[in-house]
Amino acid sequence: MSRVLFFFSEAFRALRRNGAPTLAAVITTVVTVVLLGVLIPVFSFAQAKSDEVQGQLNVQFALYDDATNAEIAQAKEKIEAVPGVESVTFISKQEALRTLKSELQDKSIVEELHTNPLPASLQVKAVDASDLPQIEREVMGTASGGTGNPLSSAISNPFSRQQSTHQIAKVTSALKIVLTVIMALLVVASLMLIGNTIRLSIFTRRREVEVMRLVGATRWFIRWPFLIEGVVVGFLGGLVAIIILWIGKVTIVDPLGDNGNAFASAQHNSTIAFPALIAILFGAAILVSTIGSGVTLRRFLRV
Amino acid sequence: MARLRRNKQKAAEPVRSRGRRAPIIELNDVTKVYPGGHMALDRVSLSIGRGEFVFLVGPTGCGKSTLIKTLIRELEPTEGTVRIAGRDIGAMPDKKVPQLRRNIGTVFQDFKLLPNRTVYDNVAYALQVIGASRHEIREQVPATLRLVGLSTKLHNFPDQLSGGEQQRVAVARAFVNHPPLMLADEPSGNLDPVTSIGIMQLLYRINKTGTTVVVVTHDREMVDNMRRRVVELYEGRVVRDEVSGGYTEESTTEFGMRMRAEMGVGADGERKTNGHGHSLAR
Repeated sequence: MSRVLFFFSEAFRALRRNGAPTLAAVITTVVTVVLLGVLIPVFSFAQAKSDEVQGQLNVQFALYDDATNAEIAQAKEKIEAVPGVESVTFISKQEALRTLKSELQDKSIVEELHTNPLPASLQVKAVDASDLPQIEREVMGTASGGTGNPLSSAISNPFSRQQSTHQIAKVTSALKIVLTVIMALLVVASLMLIGNTIRLSIFTRRREVEVMRLVGATRWFIRWPFLIEGVVVGFLGGLVAIIILWIGKVTIVDPLGDNGNAFASAQHNSTIAFPALIAILFGAAILVSTIGSGVTLRRFLRV
Repeated sequence: MARLRRNKQKAAEPVRSRGRRAPIIELNDVTKVYPGGHMALDRVSLSIGRGEFVFLVGPTGCGKSTLIKTLIRELEPTEGTVRIAGRDIGAMPDKKVPQLRRNIGTVFQDFKLLPNRTVYDNVAYALQVIGASRHEIREQVPATLRLVGLSTKLHNFPDQLSGGEQQRVAVARAFVNHPPLMLADEPSGNLDPVTSIGIMQLLYRINKTGTTVVVVTHDREMVDNMRRRVVELYEGRVVRDEVSGGYTEESTTEFGMRMRAEMGVGADGERKTNGHGHSLAR
């Protein structure tokens, strides 16, 4: 117990004495953690959106209006047998109309229709969305130079309702790459600054280290105060950053949510909860500072 | 605590019980060649028994400090073996080295005190970092500071002390856990002759408790007629190993008196060192 007290008092003594570099390391950690705290929700929002889009990707095959139920069932079975197909769903004319109605702002357009112009269709989802074009060719019989006879005579033509889906997926993946690079750079900067603080501390306390070695302190006894020093930097940085994030959440994000803003509500549904975010950020701050000081000790503290 | 008690038992044993127990220091053909080819030690063989008081002398650069460093495994010899209390310290695993150093007190010319800690804290530090209990620290530190004559300056900082007093703190720190062996590398190198005698007397007093003391100095004259064993190194070789003037048991005061006589310092010298000893270095 007195040992642990000794380690902490040594670590805090060193932090006080190296005020400026300690502050620099703490501030960098704060910036890193705050950005991480903003980027993680944005990231997970983008991911959720992208997953949603991926889930919506499908190809639909319109069916002739005069196709019988037996023909439709047969066509469904045949399509299900195509490699890469995950599911085949039958969408009746009525369902198609209902979906269209719900998606249109101006419902009167549908009301004015006297007949249902929409065809019944088979909606096909693929295990991997990128296989969809291949599946489409298989179903339409145009694969490997086929004659163009569809698998079933009930199928008239394919159509895809989400032309823009691929572009959305592309943008999200680009965004992910950029954010990952920024995060990686920031984490490296924090690591190096914490390492630098520890290195300075080793230098200012070389006398203590020398004496400790001479009187027979064990290696870990010498190392612990330095390691604690680094972890304290990470802890302080993480703490300040979380306070900043919390203030930001209360003053900016929460009011947006109250107004029923689409962004904020999406934020609430598809990103991680605030306590979980705090736990991750705190864990990351302490992990980074431990690694930073550990690596520096290994390199510069010869005991 | 058990370790301290063991050391005290050792202290009670008669001086020079060399026959049955391994010598505290035993060097066998120790050679140290520094990178670059400088040969600091050249086949040094030496044996120092428990409870001895030995002067290690020789001119600057003769290998004295290298020898001291090999004893605490700060340096490893290029060839040969170093045994401390019968154990080959070259074959010792790294993690046992702290244990070895806990049993060897070391004092240096530059004191190596921590400037931002008080006298008490400097001495307590040595016990803290080897994981001693608060109880042990509270008991040992004041007792040791009383032994070195600094019980009135517990809360002074090193820069408020004279050179001689600072060296006493360093001696107290080295002796606070009662190691069986004490190495002093030029302990009076920065001190004036009067203060030096005070430090030598202190080391002699420590020797009287049963601790083996090895004192390194380049001041040949001071030790020439000390009636203590003198080992002289010259260019890395032992050129002389003898008890000059015949070994005698004597009190600390007698030892001090003779030393003063050797150095031509008057009898009032002791009062000076114990009171407001000033040094040339500071």
